[in-house]
Amino acid sequence: MTTRTNSLQEARLPLEFQESHETLSILGFWLFLASDVVLFSSLFAVYAVYQGRVAAGPTPLQLFSLGPVLTETILLLTSSFTCGLAIFMMRRGRTRPLVAWLVVTLLLGLGFVGMEVHEFVTDVAVWGTWHQSAFLSAFFTLVGTHGLHVSFGILWVAALVVQLLRYGLTPTTARKVYTFSLYWHFLDIIWVFIFTAVYLSGKIT
Amino acid sequence: MAQLIAKLFPSTVLRPMEIGADASILLAVLAVVYILTRYRKWGWLWREWITTVDHKKIGIMYLIAAIVMLFRGGVDALMLRTQLALPNGHFLGPEHYNEIFTTHGTIMVFFMAMPFIFALFNIAIPLMIGARDVAFPKLNAISFWLFAFAALLFNMSFVVGGSPNAGWTAYPPLTELHFNPGVGENYYLIALQITGIGSIATGINFLVTILRMRAKGMSLMKMPLFAWSALVTSSLVIFAFPALTIALALTMLDRLFGSTFFTIAHGGMPMMYVNLFWIWGHPEVYILALPAFGIFSEVVATFSRKRLFGYAAMVGSLVAITLLSYGVWVHHFFTMGAGAAVNAFFGISTMLIAIPTGVKIFNWIFTMWGGRIKTTVAMLWQLAFIPTFVVGGATGVMLAVVPGDYQFHNSYFLIAHFHNVLIGGVVFGLFSGLYYWWPKMFGYMLNERQGKWAFWFFVIGFWVTFFPQYLLGLKGMTRRIYTYPHGMGWTLLNLISTVGAYAMGIGFIILVYSVVYSWRHQERDLTGDPWDGRTLEWSLPSPAPEYNFAVLPEVTERDAWWEMKQAGKTGRIPAKDVHSIHMPRNTPMPFLLGLSFFVAGLGAVFSWWYVAVAGMMGVFIILVSGWFDYHDHHEIPAEEIRRNEAALGRLEG
Repeated sequence: MTTRTNSLQEARLPLEFQESHETLSILGFWLFLASDVVLFSSLFAVYAVYQGRVAAGPTPLQLFSLGPVLTETILLLTSSFTCGLAIFMMRRGRTRPLVAWLVVTLLLGLGFVGMEVHEFVTDVAVWGTWHQSAFLSAFFTLVGTHGLHVSFGILWVAALVVQLLRYGLTPTTARKVYTFSLYWHFLDIIWVFIFTAVYLSGKIT
Repeated sequence: MAQLIAKLFPSTVLRPMEIGADASILLAVLAVVYILTRYRKWGWLWREWITTVDHKKIGIMYLIAAIVMLFRGGVDALMLRTQLALPNGHFLGPEHYNEIFTTHGTIMVFFMAMPFIFALFNIAIPLMIGARDVAFPKLNAISFWLFAFAALLFNMSFVVGGSPNAGWTAYPPLTELHFNPGVGENYYLIALQITGIGSIATGINFLVTILRMRAKGMSLMKMPLFAWSALVTSSLVIFAFPALTIALALTMLDRLFGSTFFTIAHGGMPMMYVNLFWIWGHPEVYILALPAFGIFSEVVATFSRKRLFGYAAMVGSLVAITLLSYGVWVHHFFTMGAGAAVNAFFGISTMLIAIPTGVKIFNWIFTMWGGRIKTTVAMLWQLAFIPTFVVGGATGVMLAVVPGDYQFHNSYFLIAHFHNVLIGGVVFGLFSGLYYWWPKMFGYMLNERQGKWAFWFFVIGFWVTFFPQYLLGLKGMTRRIYTYPHGMGWTLLNLISTVGAYAMGIGFIILVYSVVYSWRHQERDLTGDPWDGRTLEWSLPSPAPEYNFAVLPEVTERDAWWEMKQAGKTGRIPAKDVHSIHMPRNTPMPFLLGLSFFVAGLGAVFSWWYVAVAGMMGVFIILVSGWFDYHDHHEIPAEEIRRNEAALGRLEG
């Protein structure tokens, strides 16, 4: 009787949790994210201390323009939603819509990174490099580290799309898509904090 | 061209001592190449070691690297002590002295103690908890090769480009480009960054392994204490190392890319670095010490032939130390002037750590109480550890008293204190573990008699070296001074200290000699259980087969193997219980990944950006090709396992 319930429960488990080997990878990835939280926390702390230390450079109020940042935010939050839709399709075993939503996620991510690069280039063209102040150094490093994470995620999801097309939906590919989604949502949360602690608070002070 | 040569070979790498070291390195490399070629061992080296993902072999590679680094760090230490033996010494110039104390500290912490601990984790943990491997074998190999290539990069500095010279803590503004224009600090920053990535991966690997791969029936509170110490250490690594990553990255950005994190004129604050560094740095002290505590807990129970006294209190104190260790970092710089309230908080939190540590000391003593103690070499290191560590802990509490610290700060009192806990705690523990698990690693015993000579030289040498340094500190001698005049009252104590350092060096040489001697002459361990051990690794043959356990064990009690022996459940394995085993396949990917990081790192050190980009491209290509590798496991057939176990005399019928 108990074995029967167990096998029933197992049957109901999502694909990526069906093999113990894959569940280890998922736990490992959660721990990596925990470690990454500390990494970003350190950068947030540095930024918080350096926010007002602008030396001869621009202040946050002068530097930030909220319009493009709001567009970036909408792009990234939407990509998190489409990433969720991809997982939704994966749970139903539908590979083609899964791939399609991942591609949409990738494109939105590219849009975000493109806008951020444009923002940085414009900032430097107008205000000069980060050499001017500790504030600029901290700003570019915190936001840039997030941007690098997103760029890596784009590379990752591109490779995932190829793997899904080649190998189909297996416990291994499912686990990879699932850990990618954890990563992508995590970056979204970090961005919410950046939007609040960097851009909004910079506009208030 | 002339500019390039001047950059690669500044005057600091062309001193006679450096040239001599270069020549001996070259000779050693040629000798190794000759031996490998002469005995046709290149293929063996590639197949059995470089591409391996077996935790036992990775552990052995960590161990060899750690011993080599202990030699390098030890030679540095002897050079420092030679310079300070007498007043107005001329053995090392001031600049040379700065370089040597920097590389001594950096190597001992990052490239000796860390890999030594990871060596023992790799060798013992999966066997102790009844697992066939770690959770992520390939990642484990990646961690090793990142460490190995980072160590190579760091050690290259004195051959090409010049050594770092700003202390192992590398505080700005001294490390800023303006004050420190050579490439030495780049070596420090980039090598540590690379090995740090590997360390975080190891932390994740062992945390998952211990949480999810324990033998059936081994609940957390039935785990051996060493596994507990590995568990909490892994969590410390995961949550502490990112702060170091950031501290190093910000300094690197300042030096290589013109940011101004630590430039005061641009609003930067050097104390930001110091805080970040020690937010990692104090947990790091426990990343080194807690595994040693774990080793002692195994050794003391085995050689007292008793269960560990106060197991739950031991676990609780490990966890308490882990949590407290995150809240004490400011005690490294009370003199920053954070104010009375802040300093009081960190002073008290530091003193609190003495409580769980004291609990552990009492429990080790009570474990011995009434036991039948066998004074093997492993146990001797434990016996020496207790009084040594108590003194180190007590002086630590003295340093935690804030007004006192204003006097002790950066004096030899501090130097004596942290060597007292890092050698008396960590190194003694590592040597104890080395003797304890040696037969399990290599299948033969280390000679006990020679081991005792090494022990006495090292321990007496330790006290002779460091006790005078407490007094020197009280007499006002500060750290990192390269010489001192007559008439300070420091001469005799310095001379004694130097004599002690050489005694420790002799102890180390005896130890290495003993390893070579024992390999040729010492008895083999045919039982797999030479110490009459208590935990599961001793249920296996020495060395353990690739798959560790032919049949996974089931555990009902703490000290599982001891209980099995008491219950007479140590019989042979029935052939029908043996099934085929799924094991990870060897792969060159971790080695190539390490190599690519090395190339990228070297490019960054010299700001050769084409080289750095090429290295990073290599990293990406290898990572992405790894994502497409779906055949990373192979199956060992049941028949092969049966044959192997039968040859070991462990199969029924």
